[in-house]
Amino acid sequence: MRRSLYRRNLGLLLVTGMGLSAAACGNSEGTPEAAPSGSQAAAKVTITVGCQPPKSNPIERKEWDEDVAAFTKLHPNITIESKDAFPCINPDTFQAKLAGGTMEDVYYVYFTDAAKIIAAGQAADITPYVSTVKNYANIRPDVINVFKSGDKVYGLPRNNYSTGLVYNRALFTQAGLDPDAPPKTWAEVREAAKKIAGLGAGYVGFGEYSAGNTGGWHFAASLYGRGGEMVTPDGKKSAFNSPQGKAVLENLKTMRWTDNSMGTKQLLQWEDLMRMMGGGKLGMMIGAPDVIQQVNNDFSGKFEDYSVTALPESSVSLSGGDGYMFNPKATPEQIKAGLLWLEYKNLTPGQGQFNYARAKAGGRPVGLPFPDLYGDTPAGQEVLKLRAESSSVPLTHFSGYTDALPSTTNKLEPPKAQELYAILDTPMSAVLTRQDANIDQLLADAATKADQVLARP
Amino acid sequence: MSAISVRGTRRKPGTVRRGVRRNLTAYGFLCGALICFAFFSWYPMIREVLLSFQQNNFVDAPVWVGFDNFRTVITDPTFVTAWVNTAVFTGLALLVGYVIPFFAAIVLNELRHARAYLRFVVYLPVMLPPAVAVLLFKWFYDPGAGLFNQVLDAVHLPTLAWLDSTSTALLSLVLVSTWMNLGTGTLIYLAALQSIPGELYEAAELDGAGLFKRIWHVTIPQTRLILLVMLLLQIVATMQVFIEPYLLTGGGPENATVTVAYLMYQYAFNFGDFGGGGALGLMLMIVLMVFSAVYLRVSRDTDN
Repeated sequence: MRRSLYRRNLGLLLVTGMGLSAAACGNSEGTPEAAPSGSQAAAKVTITVGCQPPKSNPIERKEWDEDVAAFTKLHPNITIESKDAFPCINPDTFQAKLAGGTMEDVYYVYFTDAAKIIAAGQAADITPYVSTVKNYANIRPDVINVFKSGDKVYGLPRNNYSTGLVYNRALFTQAGLDPDAPPKTWAEVREAAKKIAGLGAGYVGFGEYSAGNTGGWHFAASLYGRGGEMVTPDGKKSAFNSPQGKAVLENLKTMRWTDNSMGTKQLLQWEDLMRMMGGGKLGMMIGAPDVIQQVNNDFSGKFEDYSVTALPESSVSLSGGDGYMFNPKATPEQIKAGLLWLEYKNLTPGQGQFNYARAKAGGRPVGLPFPDLYGDTPAGQEVLKLRAESSSVPLTHFSGYTDALPSTTNKLEPPKAQELYAILDTPMSAVLTRQDANIDQLLADAATKADQVLARP
Repeated sequence: MSAISVRGTRRKPGTVRRGVRRNLTAYGFLCGALICFAFFSWYPMIREVLLSFQQNNFVDAPVWVGFDNFRTVITDPTFVTAWVNTAVFTGLALLVGYVIPFFAAIVLNELRHARAYLRFVVYLPVMLPPAVAVLLFKWFYDPGAGLFNQVLDAVHLPTLAWLDSTSTALLSLVLVSTWMNLGTGTLIYLAALQSIPGELYEAAELDGAGLFKRIWHVTIPQTRLILLVMLLLQIVATMQVFIEPYLLTGGGPENATVTVAYLMYQYAFNFGDFGGGGALGLMLMIVLMVFSAVYLRVSRDTDN
């Protein structure tokens, strides 16, 4: 009796242990459902798609679900399994999802990560199928280039924007500045920043990143804006130790220590400036129109209080945006189905993300000057027309930015971008935290380190 | 040793089987723990060792690259900085974080009133999720409106840049770490102190020993074992410091707070180079293993 009890207990324990182990291992669902070989147009195919808006964003989630329903009505053989996550891509889980086989067939990426993903062989080559996408030929070359390596295409954009100067209109007014006449030169930015910082304790005229690789990222944005280069044309040597690179750091150092207009708290990372902007104490920052959207959605700001204008003295912008790439394990049928979905949801004027009438009716702000996927092509003109017809935010708040767009060239991130940004955090943090920072020395040291990184295979 | 062998040879057949059967439940419990360790500790460790010798994009079959990943991280300009920062952090954490909990425990042990309340207060920070505790300090350290500078200002002392200065950033991280872990150390020391027989203190008092002599001649020798174990554990834990630089400074200013674990994270998740991250992890593991082995050997020799 006693022995049988032992056996039963042991059995229970083993079963529980095995159950726990199985739970710990997870399952390998999410592996693409293999399409039948030699499938025809109507063959059934299931795709998982990332970046469904989270439940905390009910309006956009509803729109997504409506689009999925409408799409599957058009293509009854395609089943879309939406995966929501916030944020849509997380560097901490990206590799783990790939390794664990849970990466979506059609996954979301920032422009920042696309080159790295392509180089690592973590995206499927969609070149044989992509020409079937309507409007593919109309996508701006500088935008589609983000997803290209040589002649091969690995993804499609959803969103794109140029870097500009985001500013708080309410603070401009409070500081006696005209919010409809934003700064056009860095000297004017300095003057405006001084006035805003002069409003009292806690007010910051101009904010800038300097930690967690975001400092290097914004250094690159400012450098490009001033006409500088991050690397030599062959990509083998750094090129930021230049008059333009020096000007970026000199300007920040002067604003921080001479003008005292950048606040005392530094080592700011991505969310910090958003929070400060939303909190109403930050006057200006380098950023794109999506910053205003995020400040409004996630950091308690109000659309009407913010504007974006062109980056001062700039005709070149660091390319920004997001899009979708394909799991390298996706079958050709899944890739084709995914392309149909992306065409429906992200690339057709009047539909999906360009259904501005629906967005307005749902109470979403319409009129922000992005995305600009098609430039001056007929598709681009149509998007602009539809957006203007349904606009619900004052378009004049973005006129400085939109006026400059036609003359702004978007430039891709440098090779080994994150490694270079990590190195450039050092000079950025130095000029913002140390009054005696030697800019020449900092740039020379950073260039030496960058050259070592770029020399690696 | 020989006695055991002799006894073993004299065992009747079936004795081992009976012993196993008698301890079946214990083996069952052990089995659950072993499975958990195997999945959550040993398997990741083995994978990490393998990764450090591979180039792996998690899509194609991994490619064995020998010591290439090690070469990459060793020639990284931040490599030496990260090790120096980690060593300095560990040293400072020992100076501050090892001594304070011990003396906090002595004070708590000596108190006659409000002991339970104070124990709770000391342990409270441990109950906060680490990220919350760290972000709380982010506000305390704010050079403008932060609590610490406001206090310094109120007593007419010069304010500090805290995290924003290369000279104080690492120490600021040590303070956060000490505050977060103070409760655990204090409770362990307190338990050790309460196991010291009161007669020893009485005898010391009769011999005319003051407070410090009692601590030196009674408390420290009696808690020596715990002190040694805690020293080892603290060094192993602080060498792996990550969350503080990750959340508070992003490795800045000027790489002043880049630690080995933070650099490992950069490689794996920001640079997408799991091989490099694995190589750094393996190096850290070897350093800690060697240190632990030497430490245990030296302390055993000292005991003998």
